[in-house]
Amino acid sequence: MSGEARGIIERSLSSFVVTLQRSFDAEELAKKKGLLQRLDPRVKIIAIMPLIVIAALARQLQVIGALFAIAVATALLSKVPLGMLAKRVWLAVLTFTGLISLPALFLTPGRAIYSLPFLGWTVTGPGLRAAAYLTMRAETAATFSILVALCTPWNNVLKALRVLRLPTVVVVILGMTYRYIFLLLRTAHDMFESRKSRMVGQLEGRELRRMATASAGVLMSKTLQLGGDVYLAMRSRGFGGEVYVLDEFQTGWFDWVVLALFTGIGVLAFWFGR
Amino acid sequence: MHIPDGYLSPSTCAVLYGAAVPFWYAAFARVKRLLHTRLVPRLAVTAAFCFVIMMFNVPLPGGTTGHTVGVGAAAVVLGPWASMLSLSIALLIQALFFGDGGITTLGANCFNMAIVGSLVAHLVYRVVAGRTALPSSRQVMAAGLAGYAAINASALFVACELGIQPLFFKDAGGSPLYAPYSLEVAIPAMMVGHLTFAGLAELIVSSGVVAYLQRTDPSLLSHSSSGGTDGARRQSASRSGWGSTGPLWIRLALLMLLTPLGILAAGTAWGEWSARDFSSPELRQKIASASGNVALPLRQPEGLVRLSSVWSAPFPQYAPTFVRRPLFGYVLSAVFGSGLILGVFCLIGRFSATGNGATRASP
Repeated sequence: MSGEARGIIERSLSSFVVTLQRSFDAEELAKKKGLLQRLDPRVKIIAIMPLIVIAALARQLQVIGALFAIAVATALLSKVPLGMLAKRVWLAVLTFTGLISLPALFLTPGRAIYSLPFLGWTVTGPGLRAAAYLTMRAETAATFSILVALCTPWNNVLKALRVLRLPTVVVVILGMTYRYIFLLLRTAHDMFESRKSRMVGQLEGRELRRMATASAGVLMSKTLQLGGDVYLAMRSRGFGGEVYVLDEFQTGWFDWVVLALFTGIGVLAFWFGR
Repeated sequence: MHIPDGYLSPSTCAVLYGAAVPFWYAAFARVKRLLHTRLVPRLAVTAAFCFVIMMFNVPLPGGTTGHTVGVGAAAVVLGPWASMLSLSIALLIQALFFGDGGITTLGANCFNMAIVGSLVAHLVYRVVAGRTALPSSRQVMAAGLAGYAAINASALFVACELGIQPLFFKDAGGSPLYAPYSLEVAIPAMMVGHLTFAGLAELIVSSGVVAYLQRTDPSLLSHSSSGGTDGARRQSASRSGWGSTGPLWIRLALLMLLTPLGILAAGTAWGEWSARDFSSPELRQKIASASGNVALPLRQPEGLVRLSSVWSAPFPQYAPTFVRRPLFGYVLSAVFGSGLILGVFCLIGRFSATGNGATRASP
């Protein structure tokens, strides 16, 4: 088997496995006794989502920095390993956003504050601030949103979206989508693995493309077949088009205290970040 | 393609959430009408498919690989409305759990990829495929072009959204608060990658999926219809000509009404200078600063002067001479330009329908 073919199949397999692994990580972390884990998922959403919006609204770097520090403190109190956050969020965002914002250091017009040796490119004050705004906002928002995903079983996050006035039918579809993502990931994984186990010799680029697109086509056929099967199964259990969601969440005094605390932080950040 | 949090101002995000909501609502109503009780399981599995397809590694010519959004394949097989809903759900799950795209920018990401992508893919597929028979190679080509056009249209929208940020949002010291690059940097930076690698990956997947389904499961394409969700409508549309395009006309009209937003753009687009601009000291300064301070020729370039008089546009600068207010000039130009494009596509459609009439008549 050619190195290229091995690479493509294994990279696809790796994508599927990483997705499954992240869901398992969230299930494990959600079982720990930390700050966010103790909260009702609805409270988590209405406490943390506004902080992401306020980080996007803030016009003061110090305020965005303070919100980032609060996100890190929340992670520590929720027993989320900082190494995991650093690898999964901070480094990934820094690599992507850092690279994107790098040219802004030199391209944004303004007063020069530093000149690169040898190259002679000048870093401008507004360029540095522009790069800092972009990177810090992206890091802060990504940290807050991943904390919700890491500290809550994913199907509970989806159910909790009802608090944002999402229609029940959308919440039900989201919950089912979540379940079938894992089924289809498993199916795709098996398809690629069985193909890999049968491959000998070299595949040319054209054959590789045919293999990838045929796999996508098979998955599409299986998906639509699955949709029909699931529908029949639901009908056999008496489904007539109406959908319901079990509302098993309960708030306690701790939820309200933490919500008040996060709301206070949000109001202060909004005020000082104007 | 997935815009993270922090790249767009909250007001831009709110506008794009607002722009996406009517499409979501219309799509949901339409898909529900077609699927009835099948709505929930069908949308759930197709959204899961859209999520998984985004993880496929596609080998590209030259030894590189790329990921696709799958918008071309989804729009062709599922129809535009089911495609935009399925992709939106997949994007929501990606944003919530995987950090692919932000929470505040979810509306923008859904608008760019799910809504614009699905509509463009559907339109291009319909125009290029015409009324050719399902097993024809033109259907494969149409699907490929649909994917390519869709991903590039989405990328152009992303670039425009990013590019207007420094125009409107700066702090007291003049530093851009969000995406820092202007349109003349953002558009080429986004489009180079999408016109080549990302576009190619989407083209390969869209055409490959349709070619595969032609060989193995053509019923999914014939119903791109009953297998999908808009199929019956699509078939009836092909019978009734323009019958089902009502909502598209409404959206086109809305976009035309929004064209005066162009007035907000200050300055001249890079490379779109007139010969006269080289005579004005102020404009010369602006051209030089936008071109990396490269020295400009002292006089108007002769070739530019000679060729600029060859053709006089009927509506120069989107401002017809007989219209006094620039606002109406923009709208009138949009109506005229869209009419011309629609006219050309009508002619192409009529020509292709005549050419393929015999093929369609066969069972």
